[in-house]
Amino acid sequence: MADVLSAPDIRAGRLSPEDYLKNFDDIHPPLDRHEASVEADRCYFCYDAPCTIACPTSIDIPQFIRQIQTGNPVGAAKTIFAENILGGMCARVCPTETLCEEACVRNEAEDKPVKIGLLQRYATDTYMDKVSGSHFTREAPTNKKIAVVGGGPASLACAHALALKGHDVTIFEAREKLGGLNEYGIAAYKTVNDFAQREVEFLLSVGGIKVETGKALGRDITLAGLRGEYDAVFLGMGLPGVNALNAEGEELSGVIDAVAYIAELRQETDRAKLPVGRKVVVIGGGMTAIDIAVQTKRLGADEVTILYRRGQDAMKASRYEQELAQTNGVLIREWFQPKRLIGEGGHVIAIEAERTALDANGRLSGTGETERFEADQVFKAIGQTFIADPVAGGSDALELYAGRIRVDGERKTSLDKVWAGGDCVAGGEDLTVAAVEDGKLAARSIHAAITG
Amino acid sequence: MTDLTSNFLGIKSPNPFWLASAPPTDKAYNVIRAYEAGWGGVVWKTLGEDPHVVNVNGPRYGAIHGRDRNLLGLNNIELITDRPLEVNLREIKQVKRDWPDRALVVSLMVPCEEKNWIDILRKVEDTGADGVELNFGCPHGMSERGMGSAVGQVPEYIEMVTRWCKENTKMPVIVKLTPNITDIRKPAQAAKNGGADAVSLINTINSIVGVDLDIMAPTPTIDGKGAHGGYCGPAVKPIALNMVAEIARDPATAGLPISGIGGVTTWRDAAEFMALGAGNVQVCTAAMTYGFKVVQDMIDGLKEWMGEKGYTSIDEFVGMAVPNCSDWQNLNLNYITKAKIDQDLCIKCGRCHIACEDTSHQAITAMVDGARHFEVIDEECVGCNLCVSVCPVENCITMEPMTSGVDPRTKQPIDTRFADWTTHPNNPNRVMEAAE
Repeated sequence: MADVLSAPDIRAGRLSPEDYLKNFDDIHPPLDRHEASVEADRCYFCYDAPCTIACPTSIDIPQFIRQIQTGNPVGAAKTIFAENILGGMCARVCPTETLCEEACVRNEAEDKPVKIGLLQRYATDTYMDKVSGSHFTREAPTNKKIAVVGGGPASLACAHALALKGHDVTIFEAREKLGGLNEYGIAAYKTVNDFAQREVEFLLSVGGIKVETGKALGRDITLAGLRGEYDAVFLGMGLPGVNALNAEGEELSGVIDAVAYIAELRQETDRAKLPVGRKVVVIGGGMTAIDIAVQTKRLGADEVTILYRRGQDAMKASRYEQELAQTNGVLIREWFQPKRLIGEGGHVIAIEAERTALDANGRLSGTGETERFEADQVFKAIGQTFIADPVAGGSDALELYAGRIRVDGERKTSLDKVWAGGDCVAGGEDLTVAAVEDGKLAARSIHAAITG
Repeated sequence: MTDLTSNFLGIKSPNPFWLASAPPTDKAYNVIRAYEAGWGGVVWKTLGEDPHVVNVNGPRYGAIHGRDRNLLGLNNIELITDRPLEVNLREIKQVKRDWPDRALVVSLMVPCEEKNWIDILRKVEDTGADGVELNFGCPHGMSERGMGSAVGQVPEYIEMVTRWCKENTKMPVIVKLTPNITDIRKPAQAAKNGGADAVSLINTINSIVGVDLDIMAPTPTIDGKGAHGGYCGPAVKPIALNMVAEIARDPATAGLPISGIGGVTTWRDAAEFMALGAGNVQVCTAAMTYGFKVVQDMIDGLKEWMGEKGYTSIDEFVGMAVPNCSDWQNLNLNYITKAKIDQDLCIKCGRCHIACEDTSHQAITAMVDGARHFEVIDEECVGCNLCVSVCPVENCITMEPMTSGVDPRTKQPIDTRFADWTTHPNNPNRVMEAAE
């Protein structure tokens, strides 16, 4: 039967069930015990270890690796959780090649760091398998109440740390599940077997944390209301908005917000139900661009092309992630910016992109030269934005900086009794591990403020 | 031309690498494979009287591992050969006939009666073997029956049995010593007094290699119990080197040929034993860890090294380091060294710093001008070499002698004259210079 080649060619079920399973299986299989022991043996147990300094949450890495070495992986996990309660997820998603592993002194001599991320995963996985519940115990109740807005990594870390101190925490999450981007954002093959939810369960098992899902700030609750009712408020609602392309044809069907599609992909257990184009173009240069590109390729797209307006060196996605995309057959075309989306019958069929260059002043500008890329689907992965509406306006407006919440070193906002962390604050790194540190620091500051 | 030919007590072998009396030399099959791999000689696993001994049927070995399960030390509770004497003798005769250019020495252990020794010596002589080694070393099992180290721990017995053997055979007699003794020179002297042609050492060291914490029993565990075994492998090399050197520099035994044993794993280990006076070396654990092929680089590496150093035969360097084996009291206290860190090689792990800071002399920086930087503080450095020992990068930290100027630590000028403890003012027993 001849295919009628009428655009767009978007279909679900392009692959066999086995291929879906294979393509969305663990991208970095965990180390087994022997592998972990061989790798742990490579650690030098450095003094004032550069890896620990490079870790945004300051995990005592030489210590936990030594604990793996001595056959104490559960103790290793406890060392990790002491600084980073989401150490399990961070082991899966941290760009270790630009953090701890970049700092490893083994690079100096051999260009081959200790596989810290995989060892961290080995320790935390072993813990999750062996320990039921949590080894943490809460301090005596303080009768202090803290509201945490958003259920992502920053909020979870903050809530856990405060619960440990004996405070009563309530998390308000707009969506159905906690986890934030861990649940709705990260590429599926990085966190298989519902790990995000298992980690949330582990974290909540310490007790003292009430969860209210389906509660969005500005819709169901207000900042003023929370400030009145609670002793402190932590804002960790992330970046719910997405940037617009501001290009002609953006409204065409088949022009899709990558973040939304990734969320759908993460929630869909049967990936054969996900429609994907034969030709896919992704616009952007961050982790979202890589994640959508690789995942659409793995859903069976024939050609996936990332268009990025600068050189590859400037991409926010790490070099490692770029290479992951490339080894998955994704073509990265640098120095292209979208100019116009071309439609037919209301559906996108191609994108016209303009070559860019840096001008004499080092500013990016179009060269006027264009190229047409055929596309059944165009994914926008050009960044997310903070939506200030729920916290803006009135006399109690939160001070913003560069479109996000301004915080100080302790993650205090301009408002009394309000702290914030994670992607919604200005100056952050947009990393899970950085969000955890925000939550941790905020919890420390909140605890001091409400018990002081 | 570099020549590795070894002539030990008149026993010729194409190289100085022999397999020690142990499981690798238990029977013809293994020994032939060893010869095929290039081993210069073997000491056949210890023969005893019939009825032959039996071994445990559970684990015989236990190990100490370094990083990546690198085997550093091996412990065993295996006994002497558990095959009938006749079988061993027949195989020895055949193997010696088939491999005339290789050394074949037979290890022996029989009860302490002259007749028993005479009997077995006759039988071994019949095989055409090149010599015998008296096993006075085995520390487990056989010692409970009055043999092995039970003999080796009593110099008078060593002398007595050695004399019996010398009086009853024309074969060269090597006496294998146990290290499980306070002063290794005593059994060596006894062997020499008994007429031994050589001593070989060390045999294994009494050891419990580990404890099974689940069943609370030493390992290797036989049905819930463990017995001490004999420890060998790279971990024992320093102990063996010292014992070899002690014998080599003891005037009472000076010149007594020594066969060096104890953790020889590489050509360098062998060269070290030989520099301390061993005429050849015997190897076991390295072969048991990696197979017989390990001899190939022992041969090649030693040859390369000899070529580089200009030695044409092994006799030229055997014993070369013995005159430099001294006592502490004769070490030059005016010799001053300072550690020096090669910043190009430094990987900034900081182990030198923390070792020095926590456990020694606070003589290495961690931070200089706000940057991670490890550098020796000469004002504090006593030249102890701990930093060199813990540094993971070879040659990154070196000890540099000071030959002039002032020692920044003591503020004393460097004195190039020799001065040891025997004349040091703090020594209450110092040797006073003769008054005019």
